[in-house]
Amino acid sequence: MNLGKWLALAAAGAVALLAAAAVRRRAAASAAGRRFLAHPTATPGVFILAFFVTIALAAPFVALDPNSMPGIVDLRDRPPSVLHPLGTDVYSRDVWSRIVYGARISLGIGALATLVAVTVGAGVGAVAGYFRRWVDAALMRLVDVGLSMPRIFLLLMAVALWERVPLAPLVLLIGLTGWFGTSRLVRAEVLSLREREFVAAAQALGAGPARVIFRHVLPNAAAPIIVSAALGIGNVMLLEAGLSFLGIGVPSPAPSWGSLIYDGWQHMAAAPWTSTFPGLAIALVVMALNAVGDALRDALDPRQEGP
Amino acid sequence: MTEPLLRVRDLKTYFVTEHGRGTARAVDGVSFDLYPGETLGLVGESGCGKTVTSLSILRLIPEPPGHIRPGSFIEFEGRNLLTLASRELRAIRGNQIAMIFQEPMTSLNPVFTVGDQIAEAAIVHQGLSRREARARAIEMLQLVGIPDPAEGVDRYPHQLSGGMCQRVMIAMALVCHPKLLIADEPTTALDVTIQAQILELLARLQAELGMAVMLITHDLGIVAGTADRVVVMYAGEVVEQAPTTDLFARPLHPYTEGLLASVPRIDAPAAGGSGGSGGPRGRLHSISGQVPAATAWPAGCRFHPRCPYAWGRCATEPPPLLDAGGGAPGTHTVRCWLVTEPGRRTARP
Repeated sequence: MNLGKWLALAAAGAVALLAAAAVRRRAAASAAGRRFLAHPTATPGVFILAFFVTIALAAPFVALDPNSMPGIVDLRDRPPSVLHPLGTDVYSRDVWSRIVYGARISLGIGALATLVAVTVGAGVGAVAGYFRRWVDAALMRLVDVGLSMPRIFLLLMAVALWERVPLAPLVLLIGLTGWFGTSRLVRAEVLSLREREFVAAAQALGAGPARVIFRHVLPNAAAPIIVSAALGIGNVMLLEAGLSFLGIGVPSPAPSWGSLIYDGWQHMAAAPWTSTFPGLAIALVVMALNAVGDALRDALDPRQEGP
Repeated sequence: MTEPLLRVRDLKTYFVTEHGRGTARAVDGVSFDLYPGETLGLVGESGCGKTVTSLSILRLIPEPPGHIRPGSFIEFEGRNLLTLASRELRAIRGNQIAMIFQEPMTSLNPVFTVGDQIAEAAIVHQGLSRREARARAIEMLQLVGIPDPAEGVDRYPHQLSGGMCQRVMIAMALVCHPKLLIADEPTTALDVTIQAQILELLARLQAELGMAVMLITHDLGIVAGTADRVVVMYAGEVVEQAPTTDLFARPLHPYTEGLLASVPRIDAPAAGGSGGSGGPRGRLHSISGQVPAATAWPAGCRFHPRCPYAWGRCATEPPPLLDAGGGAPGTHTVRCWLVTEPGRRTARP
């Protein structure tokens, strides 16, 4: 880490602060936004998320090459220093840089898998809730089956069938095993929305079922969908970390946060920083996501009580 | 006379009740005609089947629990709406037959601008582009008298008053110039002054666009001012049907009589006045009792438990729609045995 990288990092921090301030300003203008800000953890959460997203996007400017091994003998297992702010691992790779590049993978998987899950979940839930009868019964039994199967077991099974799961299928797998909860939530919302008068009005206008569902009903169910997405990303990141820790997630040497912990845990005694800092990163981001998700729920969906 | 635009025959719409125990016969054998360009008032208390009738015409009855019984017949321009495939039906909804609802505030989708919602029918039925549809929406807003339509088009429903929302609903319904507009209690949720404006607007648009209007209401004052003919419903049946002037001059069914007598009149003397069908004006007349539950209509004439003239026959034999004279056959029809025994119509108790 030279001076330029440190300056870039400071700039990234400033960007995150500005983003959090901007969110606060915009939120203060509306009632829902003020409910959001009423959560003391919401603003720090936004800041943490903005910070990690910024450094993930600006990785080449704030970090070194995560896979370079500059001195396999004299630079291994170095404690944190100015040059290596979070120390080095057993192959003399810079832990900070690996966390920064890992943010790209971990946040990316979290966001994409959640996108898949929420899209499928909202679609299935809306169709089930709108058509009811046997469509609803069939889809919801499918959801019951999905919910009763441990997700990690499904993923382990996939890994058993497919030795080294590449990144894109892994994202799809995580997404396609994670939509059940969302679909129930959306179905419940749609069941009540479909009885609203504007739905009858849309039907009286000659709109077909697809148009009614996707243009009239689903946009009105946006609030629970957004909340479940925000909370879902954290879940997916934890799941990915768990999978990587078991050695079946993101293939090495790609630096996902889970695989960083996995790489470092054997050296816990000699170099505790190699596992500790990626773990802290996961904890921070998941906590931030949960804080923001809870605040969003109160802001957008005041009827639901947080746990 | 010309061919009717809409011919409803023996319409029966039943609902299976919650536990599958009973069947609510919400609409039970309704027949009427609607001619091009005319305004038909459909009158009755809450729960007598007016709204279900109108929803049945567009086949918007939620199934289950509701269903339209086989043998019912709704013909629009020579086509039976009850046998149309859903695609053909959608081509009629909003395009040939449009509907406006009772609660303008809740009938608009809260997450879209009014412009988007007005444009929708034009996009669905006429395949207009978004820009053309937007221009059309502005035109429609102008037509229904929204001030500054170019700006109003981007408003959300919650930014508008109830009266403005109802104007928007009317604009939505009329985008495709339908031949029939079903207005289900279009003014019930509005202030009296706004009510008059909306009714005036409807009358003006009807004249301009030459459409037929089916006006559903429980307010006889509205009917008197706007409708050409009136169909009075009670307990899922048509009980009287007549041209408006005839009905007001000569209400024959005791239910119609009661409805007319229970309209408050500003010009009525405070007490002891004579004339009118309600007798002395000291107190406002009310029809005793309530509409019975649709799961168990009374035997015989469905109105007999509330009827001041009822006698033995009424409790056992359901009367058919009888011709009451006063013009060509079928002009004024009543479902009441009094037509056969006018002597039994005595002064109100």
